[in-house]
Amino acid sequence: MPKIKMPKNSPSIDMTPMVDLAFLLVTFFMLISQFRAEEAAIIDMPSSVSDLKIPDKDMMMILVDKEDHVFYTITGQEIRATVLEAMSKKYGVKFDEEQIKEFSNMSSFGVPMKEMPAYLSAGSTERKKIQEKSSGIPSDSVNCELCDWVFYGRINAPRFRVAIKGDQVSSYPTIRRVMDILQDKKVNKFNLITNMESGPAE
Amino acid sequence: MADVNTGDEGGGKKKHGKKRAKKTSTRIDMTPMVDLGFLLLTFFILTTTFNKPQAMEINMPDKEPTENPTRVPAVHTLNIILTDKNVVYWYFGIADPSKALPSLTKTNYSQNGIRKLLIAENNERHNMYNQIELWKKEVSTGKLTNDEYREKVKVYRKTNQMSSLIVLLKPDKDSNYKNVVDALDEMAICNVGSYALLETNDLENQMVANANTF
Repeated sequence: MPKIKMPKNSPSIDMTPMVDLAFLLVTFFMLISQFRAEEAAIIDMPSSVSDLKIPDKDMMMILVDKEDHVFYTITGQEIRATVLEAMSKKYGVKFDEEQIKEFSNMSSFGVPMKEMPAYLSAGSTERKKIQEKSSGIPSDSVNCELCDWVFYGRINAPRFRVAIKGDQVSSYPTIRRVMDILQDKKVNKFNLITNMESGPAE
Repeated sequence: MADVNTGDEGGGKKKHGKKRAKKTSTRIDMTPMVDLGFLLLTFFILTTTFNKPQAMEINMPDKEPTENPTRVPAVHTLNIILTDKNVVYWYFGIADPSKALPSLTKTNYSQNGIRKLLIAENNERHNMYNQIELWKKEVSTGKLTNDEYREKVKVYRKTNQMSSLIVLLKPDKDSNYKNVVDALDEMAICNVGSYALLETNDLENQMVANANTF
């Protein structure tokens, strides 16, 4: 058999496809990602077989973390500003323009009203510290700020869906208290946010 | 392609003389690998949907008591008490202080635990679990539309209302949120139509304390 003459020159790797790939990945992630507002609390939700999806907007959410601290958030910048102003009037806590703007762009928070101006003016590391020290939004019968957040949220956004996002180890009495507050404000239909779980094996 | 130089050994002769190092001048052409990467990337871009968290729906009754609360027959009422350490107790009927306390049976959240009980009890009453499972399968194969399914289930539950299984979920103060969500999940999995989320009363707390001492 005739000997196949192997080319003696050693080809170098052409890097163009790799650069193309990198370019594509960057473009993909640039187009796909939207900035996610920093959540005040890390919550490990339990899973459920339910397959209803929660919408991204038009929602009011009450979050309960591992230590039974209560957080609150509501979507919509103008709604947030209106709710904050209503709360400010009720509790006599003043906010300036910048703080209101900061609040409108924020996501969930869990500080009582009197710590709110400091919280809003603080930078992000300081905010984390304030958050760690505080014990969430008060929801006890003596001082129920959560009741008012829910109330003003409902008044200004009656069509919004209400959801509870709890951690796996949050104690039931706290969740019960949140549900009682909601029932009090005539919110009888709400959602519990969970992770996806496939149904039982056949 | 690969150009490997192997020194030919002639019958165990020691290699001497031509001290040629085994120079493997392999030059692999990278183009197919990059093509594969490209293909995988396109595949995943087109097929992945981000795993959004799901929502469970809860309907609670009005806080004010209604005029005529529905009377439920005790023999069909299953009380499930959720307590700490993922322990579940259940009993049928009502806990009446004047009579002997019903005994609590212990179970758990696994498939053999509360799910087995619920499916068995639901099937005892008009074969409800099996019937609804059958309809669910028909929806997935396309024989039934979603609206027809909902209508059928509604009618079925209504006709058998007075003798269907009713579950009262009673998480006590030591249970956690996961327990409650798991219990509500089991309601959906076992096709239990009538259930309520209530609190344990003192009698039940006593029963649990007694059961825990054993």
